[in-house]
Amino acid sequence: MMSSTEKPYDTSLEWHRIRMIGNPLIRNSLVILAMGYIGWSIISLDITWDRIFLGLPRAMNMLTRMIPPDYSRWELLLRGLLESVQMALVASFFGMILAVPAGICASGNIVPKPVYLAARAFIILSRTFHEIIVAIFFVKIFGFGPIAGVLTLTVSSTSFISKMMAEDIENMPPGQIEAIRATGAGFSKLLIYCISPQAMPRYIGVSIYRLDANIRHSTVVGIVGAGGIGQVLAASFSRYDYDFSLAILLTIIFLVFLGEFFSNWVRSRLR
Amino acid sequence: MNTERRVRKYPDIWQRFSPRETLIRYAWYIVIVFIGVWALSNLDIPWFYFLDAHIQAGDLAYRMWPPSFEYISKLIDPLIETIHIATIGTMLTFFIAFPIAFLAARNTTFNSVTWFIGRFLLVGSRSVNTIVWGLLFVAIFGPGPLAGIWAIAFRSIGFVGKLVAEAIEEINPGAVEAIEATGASRLQVLMIGILPQVLPVIYGTIVYRWDINIRESTVLGFVGAGGIGILLYSSINQFLWREVTVMLMAVFCVVLASEFISAIIRQRIS
Repeated sequence: MMSSTEKPYDTSLEWHRIRMIGNPLIRNSLVILAMGYIGWSIISLDITWDRIFLGLPRAMNMLTRMIPPDYSRWELLLRGLLESVQMALVASFFGMILAVPAGICASGNIVPKPVYLAARAFIILSRTFHEIIVAIFFVKIFGFGPIAGVLTLTVSSTSFISKMMAEDIENMPPGQIEAIRATGAGFSKLLIYCISPQAMPRYIGVSIYRLDANIRHSTVVGIVGAGGIGQVLAASFSRYDYDFSLAILLTIIFLVFLGEFFSNWVRSRLR
Repeated sequence: MNTERRVRKYPDIWQRFSPRETLIRYAWYIVIVFIGVWALSNLDIPWFYFLDAHIQAGDLAYRMWPPSFEYISKLIDPLIETIHIATIGTMLTFFIAFPIAFLAARNTTFNSVTWFIGRFLLVGSRSVNTIVWGLLFVAIFGPGPLAGIWAIAFRSIGFVGKLVAEAIEEINPGAVEAIEATGASRLQVLMIGILPQVLPVIYGTIVYRWDINIRESTVLGFVGAGGIGILLYSSINQFLWREVTVMLMAVFCVVLASEFISAIIRQRIS
């Protein structure tokens, strides 16, 4: 009932924005902490404004030398690009094959513990080190050229696909595995009739995503001499051929765009 | 006659695939193998390099061991610099990726031209590797961490922006309509209707990207953009493999720690 007696105004009923961190003390101290961190890092990195302002005319200079992009050496560009794409294809191919045993070994629910640990160690190791570092080692061992790039990308694709696959297998409901085991199936039958039908769609999706990622990565392993368009790009940069560099960059963007389009199209068809 | 037909329809032995499915499957296998073989044969790989590869690898391992641990005292500052580059770069990304993500999301962009611009910026940023951005910014700002920070930021914009744009496209339109119905301006709708819905995704993506960026910033030094990569590259070029081992160990620890931290933070956000 409507009463004429005034209730005391309750401020907690007032609308306020929903905050992610409810406690204002924690929220504000986080902000202050972030500010302090930025200040500390800027001082320790020795970043000064005149450094930034010095860069601006140089950036303008570079831009004017970049535009328009120079496509006159398109043969060199196309050869590098084709090599990159082929490197990505080969690496994805072997990555897909090698990832199957690696992924199975890395799933804790179907293999013994030592195998699991070894496979996980491989995945963690190759995930931690950037492709460039791995590429340097392969260049030292196998010499310059696409072979080092292919091996680098193969290693990283294997670890990526197998990690995704292992996660997929570990998340499988245990019922199906038990059911197949109950029929007296051995390990190989278990893989064929239980694991593979459940893991296949994701495996194919991840592999196609990896193909697209490999195209992106294949453009960079060339910087340490592991072949592909990256080698051409690094050379053009060190000779200050910025207009050719821009031509290469635009081509790479176009290629990645195509690759992404293709991979999205295939993955949407798979679903 | 009846029995025969039934047998044909329901074979005694269960098979997972019908003959047609099997045929299609094998056709795919052949196509994939063909593509792989074609690409491999076109790469003109000198196969004889494989012959002495194990010798080379053994030699490398021999030179890398034992690690010269006294070198570790020189690594602290570059390691901190590496982390700084990744963190500041990621923070910069936060501010740049955010408006671009709104342009690139179909429901918040102004028109199809701005949508296309947003998408193009995101794809362009993602297609160029961090190292290549590093090359560019070293040419602009000169060697040093400043170039590295911008390289990290420019590469991350595409990654963060894409995921955030996808999150914006999937928000609950009811909340937005409700705010609009109160007569709120466009900015207010953005701040009150949309932002709170995507904020967890933004934070999660940023933290995830930060841990990738730590890994990337360890190699930015190869093109002169600061961090531990500078030392690593010079040690490799001087064949000081025992120092390289120490550095790789340090990088391993830092990257692993950052991954661990980022996993914990993301778990708490979601």
